[in-house]
Amino acid sequence: MAERRIRVLIGKPGLDGHDRGAKVVATALRDRGMEVIYSGLHRTPEQLVQAAEQEDVDVIGLSILSGSHMELLPQVRRLLVQRGLEHVVLVGGGIIPPADAAELEKGGYARIFGPGTPTQAIAEFIEEKVGIEA
Amino acid sequence: MVLATFARRLEPTPEALLEAFRGGAVGALSRAISWAENGHDDVDSVLDALFPAIGQAWRTGFTGPPGAGKSTLVDALVGRYAGDRRSTALLAVDPSSPFSGGALLGDRIRMNQRVLDQGVFVRSMASRGSLGGLARASETACDLLDAFGFQEILVETVGVGQAEVDIAAATDTTVVVLTPASGDGIQAMKAGLMEVADLYVINKADLGPAAALAGEIEAMLDLRDPSRPRPPVLTCSALKGKGLAELVEALDRIRLRDRDSGAMQGRRQRRALSRVRRRIGETLRHRLWTEHGWEQLARQALADGKRPDRVAFDLLQNWWESGPFGQPAPANPAQKPASSPGPSRKQGNG
Repeated sequence: MAERRIRVLIGKPGLDGHDRGAKVVATALRDRGMEVIYSGLHRTPEQLVQAAEQEDVDVIGLSILSGSHMELLPQVRRLLVQRGLEHVVLVGGGIIPPADAAELEKGGYARIFGPGTPTQAIAEFIEEKVGIEA
Repeated sequence: MVLATFARRLEPTPEALLEAFRGGAVGALSRAISWAENGHDDVDSVLDALFPAIGQAWRTGFTGPPGAGKSTLVDALVGRYAGDRRSTALLAVDPSSPFSGGALLGDRIRMNQRVLDQGVFVRSMASRGSLGGLARASETACDLLDAFGFQEILVETVGVGQAEVDIAAATDTTVVVLTPASGDGIQAMKAGLMEVADLYVINKADLGPAAALAGEIEAMLDLRDPSRPRPPVLTCSALKGKGLAELVEALDRIRLRDRDSGAMQGRRQRRALSRVRRRIGETLRHRLWTEHGWEQLARQALADGKRPDRVAFDLLQNWWESGPFGQPAPANPAQKPASSPGPSRKQGNG
């Protein structure tokens, strides 16, 4: 009777009300068969990590268009490690310059997805990351 | 989608999970709930160990049609309980897609962040094909929250129609949440949802004539068997914070009454018995359907043009006569109508 589903937290950190992208990705992942928890707007890194822990997610996807990604995204990663949740796959998206994306990917983010990424690519990336990497 | 192997995530041993759980680690609680949801092999040994600690919490269920404001109401109530320093957990069930199996779980969106910051535990759960308003693992998840030490466990169902009443069997108190637009007196007289309430709340009282619906419900209650306790009918506006204090008070009164009268014990005993029955049903169905290849046999029989009820009856009949429990069935197999769901004589296990 065992049935496992990939669980994903889609989060909006900080002062940023632009959630169309987050909702599009959340819906696409749902249609792919994942269980997607949407955090709602204006969450702090602490709140997002608390939600990830209570919901036992495999993946956190953060959407940020406010420009404060180099502040908030590394904080989420630090708190995750502090809580012993480093197994959670971190991905991000939004308006993030390539240089910053590269730095985030060096600092614990599995991938930063830019504008125009097909949702299927995000879903496939998550499935591969959660499923195969040991 | 291809189900992932989840190799990346290391699963703890049941012993390690238990130790962390007993030490109060939230991560262990949430992993145990995942184990229950996923039918993990070790979840039963964990629950065996925790069983003596289960039964202290009070479980309150909230059900009602989609859009009645259940989430907003429950979130407001969680805030009240947290404010009273009652340790509180919320289990919020949302529907799984019948097409993709995925789910969008949005109950955290409405959560007042101030409440979450007070240590309330919130878990979103997808219904995963269950049709009664809860998920198959909802009750087990409540057991885990109970064993973890929460005093108040609130359970919010999927938005339901008229007949999805699993919640009433799964909780100590059931609240049916309606809105002023929820229908007239005939709706109120129908069987199902309207019968399971220990308390009615007409939410969104700021939007319409809540008193009119309250009157309809009271009129329905006048016609009911007076030996059963009469459920209070309250109106409130969760959004505006109106009527919440009265709701908390009414729920506390029901709890005291049911504790003292023995109603709680009776309800919990019935709950335990129905869980045994359900577990037997689920396990048997799964074994037969999947492991015994009945799905294939049924497909074949249907393709041969047989009537569905007859297919089911023949499968059960053959299984029964071949000695399902490792010994030949006694003579004179029950002559049951073809629509009967299964062998009625449960024999020893051989």
